Amino acid sequence: MEGASIVLKDVWIEYVIYGLANRSLKKTLFRFLSRGRMAQDVAEERTRVLALKGIDLEIRDGERLGIVGSNGSGKTTLLRTIAGVLKPVRGQIRRVGYTASLFDVTLGMNPEASGWDNILLRGLYLGLSPEQARALSPEIAAFSGLTPEQLSRPVRTYSSGMQVKLAFSISTAVRPDILLLDEWLGAGDAAFLEKAQQRMLELVQRSRILVFASHYDWLLSSICNRAICLDQGQIVADGPVAETLDFYHRHFQ
Amino acid sequence: MIARSEPSEEHQSKAGSVLQRSQRPRVWEWTGNYTQSMAQDLRLGLQYWPLWGRIGWQDVMLRYRRSLLGPFWLTISMGVMVFSLGFIYGDLFSMDVPRYLPFLTAGFLIWGFITATLNEGCQVFIESEGIIRQSDLPLSLFPLRATWRNLIILFHNALIYGIVVLWFPVPLNGSFWLLIPGLLVLTLNALWWITLLGMLSARFRDLPQIVASVLQVAFFVTPIIWMPESARHRPLIVDLNPFYHLIEILRAPMLGQMPSGLNWAVALAITGLGGGITLLFYRRFHCRIAYWV
Repeated sequence: MEGASIVLKDVWIEYVIYGLANRSLKKTLFRFLSRGRMAQDVAEERTRVLALKGIDLEIRDGERLGIVGSNGSGKTTLLRTIAGVLKPVRGQIRRVGYTASLFDVTLGMNPEASGWDNILLRGLYLGLSPEQARALSPEIAAFSGLTPEQLSRPVRTYSSGMQVKLAFSISTAVRPDILLLDEWLGAGDAAFLEKAQQRMLELVQRSRILVFASHYDWLLSSICNRAICLDQGQIVADGPVAETLDFYHRHFQ
Repeated sequence: MIARSEPSEEHQSKAGSVLQRSQRPRVWEWTGNYTQSMAQDLRLGLQYWPLWGRIGWQDVMLRYRRSLLGPFWLTISMGVMVFSLGFIYGDLFSMDVPRYLPFLTAGFLIWGFITATLNEGCQVFIESEGIIRQSDLPLSLFPLRATWRNLIILFHNALIYGIVVLWFPVPLNGSFWLLIPGLLVLTLNALWWITLLGMLSARFRDLPQIVASVLQVAFFVTPIIWMPESARHRPLIVDLNPFYHLIEILRAPMLGQMPSGLNWAVALAITGLGGGITLLFYRRFHCRIAYWV
């Protein structure tokens, strides 16, 4: 079987930011029917932002790639593009390997539903079959540290700490080939935090490719074996972590 | 540096026996081919039926979780509406209540489904904004879920029809079987229009209000509380109304009548046209939805 890999060729991502008038069908039609004489704010309020400009990137099996860059340089956009959330306006992507993204651990959780229901539901969201999701439930429940009685209650009755513990336990129960991570995850009280760190590290070690955006040098240098630096949607440095970090600090801070 | 190590024993014993592979395709490619991307989106959307099947049910149940009767609350409110309208209007317009009430019930049942799907359809992508912006789940999942949810509600409400028919029997006959293709056409239409309206509403945020006002007018100009025979001298009022034909292919069999050829022809035309337009739009714009919501 072909090993895990991610290849991006000349990938461009463009955001169109619509103003209020531009979001209105009535105004847009009005402008169209009057051949642009009326409701002129429709055209003026549209701004185009190129978030990624011709990204060429190849990530091979075994690589743990760190992404550095200032705010707004395109780190999150790049991660979401690799995840397949944002489709490029130009360019090609090929991704081989089961992929999991941990952008938002509470994704798809329903506060009205019980803890057990949420475990099952999130499993389905992650693409597991109902049987697989059910089989995983005991492990997730055990890791979250919540009692069966608590898990039978609606999630909205949980404290925020309990909610995060559950969400974290569900999100990290999968074993992907490719792991996409926007900042490191930590959750819960001191005892849980330690367990959570251990689990995160295991997740990273078991995955064949990691793409990890972070602002913490020490995390990047202890986890990654390659790093790129982004600036205004372009890759400006690529190489060993220490060198890229060095480049980043020299040029942007 | 963290070396790639063997997983700890604790972890293996807990989860090692479970196959933890997602059912998503292992290879994903983006080449800028919209048709290919849409085909994959639709195929995956259908494959995810355990998910939308479940959240569709959950949507219905959770809306009424804290009430004793659950989703039958909706059924009761529709029942109260149908019975009070049936007796009062039947009397006011001196209509034959045993004939009027089943007519009204069947009409309301189908109209309820149509308005709910179109109104909720506008929100279908907007309300799932969080999921759409964070994950690569197929987008067709959301219209499927909304359609399924409304079918569940439709079947709950059908109870009212059962009660009315027991009380005021209608001469049901072989035409009743036409309900099956009729329901199929109605479901397909729900799926198309939900997708199309959902997409357009994500882009143009004033569309939901426009749809709601149009539907309100449509309710009064469509023969639901008044019978199509009342417009005998002006048949075009009825025949030009697409909603009439969509309703009639189901309502007629429910009243022991045969839908006309015109009813079926128009209903099928709407289905084909709606499907075509939706596919064209979806092909072109499904990739923009994540940017719009």
